[in-house]
Amino acid sequence: MLAYIIRRTLYAIPILVGVNLITFALFFLVNTPDDMARMQLGVKRVTPEAIQKWKAERGYDKPLLWNADAPGAGRLTETIFFEKSVKLFALDFGRAEDNRDITNEIRTRMGPSLALAIPVFLVGLAVNITFALGMAFFRATYLDLWGVILCVAMMSISSLFYIIGGQYLISKLWHLVPISGFAGGADALKFLVLPVLIGVIGGIGAGSRWYRTLFLEEMGKDYVRTARAKGLAESVVMFRHVLQNAMIPILTGVVVVIPLLFMGSLITESFFGIPGLGSYTIDAIQAQDFAVVRAMVFIGSVLYIIGLLLTDLSYTLVDPRVRLG
Amino acid sequence: MRALLVLAVLAGGCSGVWNDPYPASDRGKNILYSAFTERPKHLDPVQSYTEDEARFTQQVYEPPLQYHYLKRPYELVPLTALEVPKAVPARGGGVVYTIRIRPGIHYQPHPAFVPENLSLARERIARLDSPYALPLGTRELLADDYIYEIKRLASPRLHSPIFGLMAEKIVGLGELAERLRKFDTRKQDWLDLRKHRLEGVEKVDDYTYRVQLKAPYPQFVYWLAMPFFAPVPWEAERFFFQPGMAEKNFTLDWWPVGTGAYMLTENDPNAKMELVRNPNFRGEPYPSAGEAEDGPAGLLQDAGRTMPFVERVVFSREKEAIPYWNKFLQGYYDSSAIPSDTFDQAVRVAVGGEVALTPEMQDKGIRLRTSVDTTILYLGVNWLDATVGGDGERARKLRHALAIAMDWEEFISIFLNGRGRVAHDPLAPGIFGQRTGRAAINPLTHVWENGRAERRSIEQARQLLAEAGYPNGRDAKTGEPLVLYLDTVGRGPGDKPRFDWWRRQFAKIAVQLEIRDTDWNRFQEKIRKGSQQLYILGWNADYPDPENFLFLLHGAQSRAATQGENSSNYVNAEFDRLFERMKTMANTPERQAIIDRMVALYRRDAPWLGGFHPVSYGLTHAWMMNGKPNNMARNNLKYLRVDVERRAALRREWNQPVVWPALLILALLILSAVPAIRSYRRRERMAAKPA
Repeated sequence: MLAYIIRRTLYAIPILVGVNLITFALFFLVNTPDDMARMQLGVKRVTPEAIQKWKAERGYDKPLLWNADAPGAGRLTETIFFEKSVKLFALDFGRAEDNRDITNEIRTRMGPSLALAIPVFLVGLAVNITFALGMAFFRATYLDLWGVILCVAMMSISSLFYIIGGQYLISKLWHLVPISGFAGGADALKFLVLPVLIGVIGGIGAGSRWYRTLFLEEMGKDYVRTARAKGLAESVVMFRHVLQNAMIPILTGVVVVIPLLFMGSLITESFFGIPGLGSYTIDAIQAQDFAVVRAMVFIGSVLYIIGLLLTDLSYTLVDPRVRLG
Repeated sequence: MRALLVLAVLAGGCSGVWNDPYPASDRGKNILYSAFTERPKHLDPVQSYTEDEARFTQQVYEPPLQYHYLKRPYELVPLTALEVPKAVPARGGGVVYTIRIRPGIHYQPHPAFVPENLSLARERIARLDSPYALPLGTRELLADDYIYEIKRLASPRLHSPIFGLMAEKIVGLGELAERLRKFDTRKQDWLDLRKHRLEGVEKVDDYTYRVQLKAPYPQFVYWLAMPFFAPVPWEAERFFFQPGMAEKNFTLDWWPVGTGAYMLTENDPNAKMELVRNPNFRGEPYPSAGEAEDGPAGLLQDAGRTMPFVERVVFSREKEAIPYWNKFLQGYYDSSAIPSDTFDQAVRVAVGGEVALTPEMQDKGIRLRTSVDTTILYLGVNWLDATVGGDGERARKLRHALAIAMDWEEFISIFLNGRGRVAHDPLAPGIFGQRTGRAAINPLTHVWENGRAERRSIEQARQLLAEAGYPNGRDAKTGEPLVLYLDTVGRGPGDKPRFDWWRRQFAKIAVQLEIRDTDWNRFQEKIRKGSQQLYILGWNADYPDPENFLFLLHGAQSRAATQGENSSNYVNAEFDRLFERMKTMANTPERQAIIDRMVALYRRDAPWLGGFHPVSYGLTHAWMMNGKPNNMARNNLKYLRVDVERRAALRREWNQPVVWPALLILALLILSAVPAIRSYRRRERMAAKPA
């Protein structure tokens, strides 16, 4: 297994270089270093000298990918892409364009993001699986039919509707929790109840339908018929056999997103004023802060690769037939 | 079920508030609650230049002058200075301002004023959660601190947006920048600006300094009311330069150090900024005079009382308008603007244009305050464009026709809910030089009828278009339809109605309009290159002087030629000559006459096809006193007072939790599970079906 992990880790390097290159190309297709300077220096009374000075200080006065004026390897290394990328791979994210330390920001914002994402993930998973198992259990009955209709309706509704509707009902009309905001420690609870509830409800439609499909597929297999023929109670069949065997596809979808929980939720964090990494990324895109955008895309890629690796490893835990070679 | 209902009644009857976003320990305290949408980028007074930042910096930093809080037109008054300085001719040419500051002013408590804190170990810094966790000290404000800040304008390590402008004005500032650039080769060392002389700025004594300008520049005193000229103690720069500080985001750019009424003690631009009353603040009396209506409006109740009135100001980050608005309605913010989506919920506009709050707002005791911004948004013409630009008669008539066709009154009504005032000249209301009444209207686009300005008829526009050589919107020579291009920055699908409206305005005179919707960067690029034809842009005044608006049309400021602020690239020799005279004059009848002539030239040439001045609508709760919009200054927090008890009572009244609907939903969910449970049990007991 160790050899497998090492091989997958080595595979990750060219993937990360590629992701970094694509991010770089996409960003600089729509933003020039001059645009970035203007965005940071403001729109009033910005002189060409000030723009040049800003670029020189941050290394944006060099060519993007190829420095024809530099000697030897300098043609490749004395470029914006190389200089920024090398530091990235050393996990030196540097400073944002507003001069704040990116590592410090990520460290600070990770907590609020996880405080929201972990409960949504765990509670959502439990609710979706329970609901899906219920629908599968009552398959081909009116309960199943109405359950599916409800799921389709719920997944057809925009997440923004859940957020705005939830804020309106629960916070504005019923005054049960604050509409938005965040606080550390135990005070965080009152701010997290609503976004977690909305996050869970918003995910029921799609999640439950997907799990229901998985369960129904398993329930049609021979071992289920055998279990029933043995006289096992339907609940035992469902929870001990069907659920366990449906874990492989569930894990495929679930384990891969676990590392990405760090990245936070872009929309939910903005609407609920949660100072997490999701809103950090949105702010950076709006502010054309390449340093932050690049760092967040890089971290997202690393976490996604880790998620895929964990998924593969988890197969061996839930299915003894799987061997990683 | 009965138990649930009992629980609901009990919970509903509780007098506590569940949705309070603030800590319980803050209840009943003298705190002002506000919000910010955009995170500030810079809080260093040498770099900060936006309103989002000024709301923090101007509470902390004190330049020598400030604007009178109540009087209009805006009037400069001393802040830390003893008087508003006057320009005196200098011996070697130019003018000198002598600024005398009040003795006995002290800085806020800050670790930079404790000598031991200037040589901290990196490990100790790494353990700090806030700079204020260190021992704090203070010292008296000196003239040296003002001089230090002026030198910082030229620092190669900082980006002051006004350096270019000030280098042209202050004797020796440009040369200092050049010397510092050559000297500053070791970035790991602190750049001690005290060791570098600035020729045009001289210390007279501990409380007096002189600034020498190369030439008369009457607007300089306005700059003395901005944070760019606020004092910065060298110790603060030295303190934050220590290794390990920047990694913790402890920089002067994020942790201001000043003498103002408040000090920034919590700085999390992602979530919350908190200002606390500066215990060393000397106190300042609330103004005793203002406009005629200020007394009846209750704005002079605190006359002569020592400010500030509020102990703490908590700013929470609200990125979205809906939560911001709802929290205001719940009483968790003391004031708010009116988001466009909720305008009808807050304000009713009568047929005659009178504005009033809705009954819902009135029931809450909310007050509405409106003010015309010292801002202009305009539809500009590129003077370099072959079709619409230049001073030829044909293009001029075409511009006049378009200026009549652009119905800005309708635009304001449809898209701004009436929150705007049509611009008849380049000046903003309240600025010296702008006429009022009949004399204020642009006679080429409006006529004075029934005591008000009425837009000229579309027939007159068509006539002008025909005289320009485009009868019925077609070129008289070629027969080709006249197609014009408008460059603008779109914000998404929501802009479509606006684009359609613009097209309709041009279509009224059979001119086709193509809208080039682009992003801000591309738009700026086009403007810089002078490749646009028509464009939309705005200007927010730095200071209340006509020079700050009329320079937008000064030939020497041409964007395409000099990267200046004249985005229309308008050139008129007479206008430029008058501008050069007007800009250094005091506000005299002679200056008014010159401005009148410049405005007449502007109207005749029409480099802008009109525009409007936004009107701000601000709402405040009944418990917040002394709020008056001030477009020039943002150091308003010290004037505000909060009736804490009234706020607490109303918050309790407005936010009683309503539990029964949630319990009802819960009960319904439980009930809905009953058939499933029954069905499950029936299945479990069911015998196997015979084959």
